[in-house]
Amino acid sequence: MPHITLPEGLPGIRSLAVYRPETGQPLYELAQALLRSGSPDSTLTSAERELIAAFVSKQNCTAFCMNSHAAASRYLYGDQRDLVDDVLADPNNASISMKLKALLAIADHVQADARTVSNELVAAARAEGATDGDIHDTVLIAASFCMYNRYVDGLATLTPTDPAAYEAMGERMGTLGYQVPTTK
Amino acid sequence: MAFSPQTADPLNALVNVLLRDNTHRPDSGLTEGERELIATYVSSLNDCFFCQTIHGAVASYHLGDEDWSLVQSVKCNPEQAAISPKLKALLAVAAAVQQSGKAVTPDLIAAARAEGATDLDIHDTVLIAAAFCMFNRYVDGLATEAPNKPDLYRYRASRIAADGYASQDAYMPPAESASAASVAGTN
Repeated sequence: MPHITLPEGLPGIRSLAVYRPETGQPLYELAQALLRSGSPDSTLTSAERELIAAFVSKQNCTAFCMNSHAAASRYLYGDQRDLVDDVLADPNNASISMKLKALLAIADHVQADARTVSNELVAAARAEGATDGDIHDTVLIAASFCMYNRYVDGLATLTPTDPAAYEAMGERMGTLGYQVPTTK
Repeated sequence: MAFSPQTADPLNALVNVLLRDNTHRPDSGLTEGERELIATYVSSLNDCFFCQTIHGAVASYHLGDEDWSLVQSVKCNPEQAAISPKLKALLAVAAAVQQSGKAVTPDLIAAARAEGATDLDIHDTVLIAAAFCMFNRYVDGLATEAPNKPDLYRYRASRIAADGYASQDAYMPPAESASAASVAGTN
């Protein structure tokens, strides 16, 4: 049960955005900028951005964000959708690019303690072709999910348990992107 | 922030609502100074030099804490600081958020309500604390430079108190801007 009175029947961040649209608006705009638009020189796809978000949410043990962003990533990866679960199980054994592995390592350090993002980790990502925009966006996606995860869990919002609910969310996120919910 | 204007806009909008605009809502029980103290305390727990210094300077500006001693006492031990019992209870919620959202227990929320915290106070405390777990990581994860002169933070705090958070205005006072490039980083 949520710690404060929230609109009933809405899960996770959606209940919070309807409760407080003034903060919901910038939070959704930030998600759209980071998970869809990206920095001008970034090479990351939307599927990869969603995967970084799901990976960080898994490290923070926030089931709602992990399941919904994993579902969005699966939808966007299409016939390569199995990669998502491979990465969530162990990024180093997944069939993804060395560049994405290096960026996931940076995301992992941002989640645990951002002061440990070393010059070596950044150089390793650059050696695999990561641009300034890729590094910036990876750090801010990881940092922002350290916010979204704490926001959703810190107010004890509703977390659906039915996988089908997340599949529908993932398709909506994959097609419409992030638009602030305005009604129940 | 200057590198990425498309993310700077929502980031600035978020802090302006949380640290400034929501103060004026009828159901708000938190002043601007108290909101800045929450941001400062969480940044201190995350050991982020830049964020705890600039938000500490803004908190001190609002609270008339000229020598920064009140802010220092909150960072050292909020339980012993000269702040209200309600703010102490909300800082305990913020400290839990800094660890993990799941560390916010019904007991912590009940303690804050017993001191008069509203739903909005609890919501804003959780989101301020969560947001600074993002800002701190953004600043430290990219190893950004931070000025080390207290007067620069005092100047910036007075500008923020007057005009709010924006990424395009100059950080330094006009007389200092010529030497801005030589200000040493501390992170």
